[in-house]
Amino acid sequence: MLEIRNLAKSFGGVKATNDVTLDFPDGSLTAVIGPNGAGKSTFFNLITGALKPDAGEVLLDGVDLAGRSPPEIVRHGIGRAFQVASIFKSLTVQETMLAAVSADQRSSAMLHKRFPLAETRDRAEHVMELLGLAGKRHRTAATLSHGDQKLLDIALALVLEPKVLLLDEPTAGMGPEERWRMIDKVRELWDTQKITVVFIEHDMDIVFKIAPKIVVLCYGRILATGTPDEIRNNSAVIEAYLGTEHAGAAA
Amino acid sequence: MTELEAGRAQGLAPLRGGSVLQRYRDVLIALVAFAVLASLPLLTGSKALLDFVIRCSAYGLFATSLNLLVGYTGLTSFGHGMFFGLGAYSFGLIMQKLGVPIPVAFVATLAITAVIAAVIGAICVRLKEIYFAFVTLAFQMLIHSTILSWASFTGGDQGLRGGISRPVFLGIDLANHVHLYIASCALLILGLLGMRQIAQSPFGYTLRMIRDNAARASFLGIDVWRAKLTVFVLAALFAAMGGMVMALFVSGAYPEFAYWTISGEGIFINMLGGVSTFLGPMVGTVLLLLLNDTVTRFTEYHGIVLGVVILFFALGLRKGLLDFVAEWFSQRRDAGEGR
Repeated sequence: MLEIRNLAKSFGGVKATNDVTLDFPDGSLTAVIGPNGAGKSTFFNLITGALKPDAGEVLLDGVDLAGRSPPEIVRHGIGRAFQVASIFKSLTVQETMLAAVSADQRSSAMLHKRFPLAETRDRAEHVMELLGLAGKRHRTAATLSHGDQKLLDIALALVLEPKVLLLDEPTAGMGPEERWRMIDKVRELWDTQKITVVFIEHDMDIVFKIAPKIVVLCYGRILATGTPDEIRNNSAVIEAYLGTEHAGAAA
Repeated sequence: MTELEAGRAQGLAPLRGGSVLQRYRDVLIALVAFAVLASLPLLTGSKALLDFVIRCSAYGLFATSLNLLVGYTGLTSFGHGMFFGLGAYSFGLIMQKLGVPIPVAFVATLAITAVIAAVIGAICVRLKEIYFAFVTLAFQMLIHSTILSWASFTGGDQGLRGGISRPVFLGIDLANHVHLYIASCALLILGLLGMRQIAQSPFGYTLRMIRDNAARASFLGIDVWRAKLTVFVLAALFAAMGGMVMALFVSGAYPEFAYWTISGEGIFINMLGGVSTFLGPMVGTVLLLLLNDTVTRFTEYHGIVLGVVILFFALGLRKGLLDFVAEWFSQRRDAGEGR
């Protein structure tokens, strides 16, 4: 279980994350939404160690990870994918996966053997199959389509076998059809891998359709949490973010 | 299901044999290369040709080690030549002052280099691109001025004069020109094999990840700082090997070996040969030394000619010679696959 306790971060006078307390039970699927500048990415950066929180705790199964370095937090089981696909452009899909498993198995500093190590193959293979990248294994990452690069980014997080997977806008920059394919993939991964998934998303249709639980951030604070129906009918959310388009009538 | 498994096995089969085979292939290539080089004295009596190969060994070890930093890790060091100079001076001084057997001096020099490189690297590898480049350059200047000003120990601007004694060990007499030639070739081949192993190891792929995207590497649990420091020290060791070959060749050590122009030549060699292939710097070394030797024979304005060649590669081609060859091959392969 991932528990966030009174997490806070300021940049100058701006409170990007302001006293956020949240629980993500094991195996839950949660969407984080909010207007631009609401502090969604900052929230992810604080959890994953890219930023150090000013105050608060990030508890994964009772262990406080707040303020630790990204490698340490990854090793405790929090993986992430990025808004702009963060990949290794000159490596092939297969090399990327194998190298990531090496890192997870702590053999990334090994000098006396040849890459790839035999024990890294099954996991790499499994995740490539899972994300439909196996057919593109010999393609250099830079030559992949935008959508495949996003999938590769997610594969990088997934291949580490995290307990919690944070996806920062998995559908960013995609066309409508591609979006649905991607989000179906995310949903499928959540179903089959039994991991905790938290994702940031701007497309309200997607959020209301697939997320059992939604967190709304606004000016660094939690505006509301709840099921899609609760969020749709929450007057504060409608006023601050949704407008009337998605409001109660639609439900 | 069986189809899926079949597909998987097919995908894995070449991979499984591949990494082991690749290692045997590299060793085989190294043995053949050594055999060819070692038989050269039987075919030709040209001392100049053998000298040329010895110089290629010294510079090739140095330039290839620089490529571990520049090409594989994305660390552009402007001061890598300090370890070339350090190797030459440490080795020369140990031989002159202590008179130990050559292998002992060799190992001791590597140990000294490792310690100094670890200290300098610990300071430098945290810095970002241009700062890393200039702080390494600053350390190079520091070492160079130390050599110049500590004249009682290093001979100052005169260098280590009086020759380096080369006692016979294991039947190898490095005062004998052919023995020295064979030893240089052996060191070159062993050094290249060692660096090839580093480049193709899991650590080598960690370096490529850091070059491409260091932030992402750290989100995979990689300690980027430690990996950079490790490769900095390893590269320094091979550069020092090159320096020792040079010291044995000229039977001395001179401040120019530690001057920043050595680092500059290393970068130039990498630009000439290309950084995207393992042997690029080796090709660059041969090209630069050939160019240098022929141009200086014809004109005293060799600087102009070399400058034009640099400009041609930097502005015209934007890549090294072997980069071109590698690109041509991969394009042909892609065309063959019908993509």
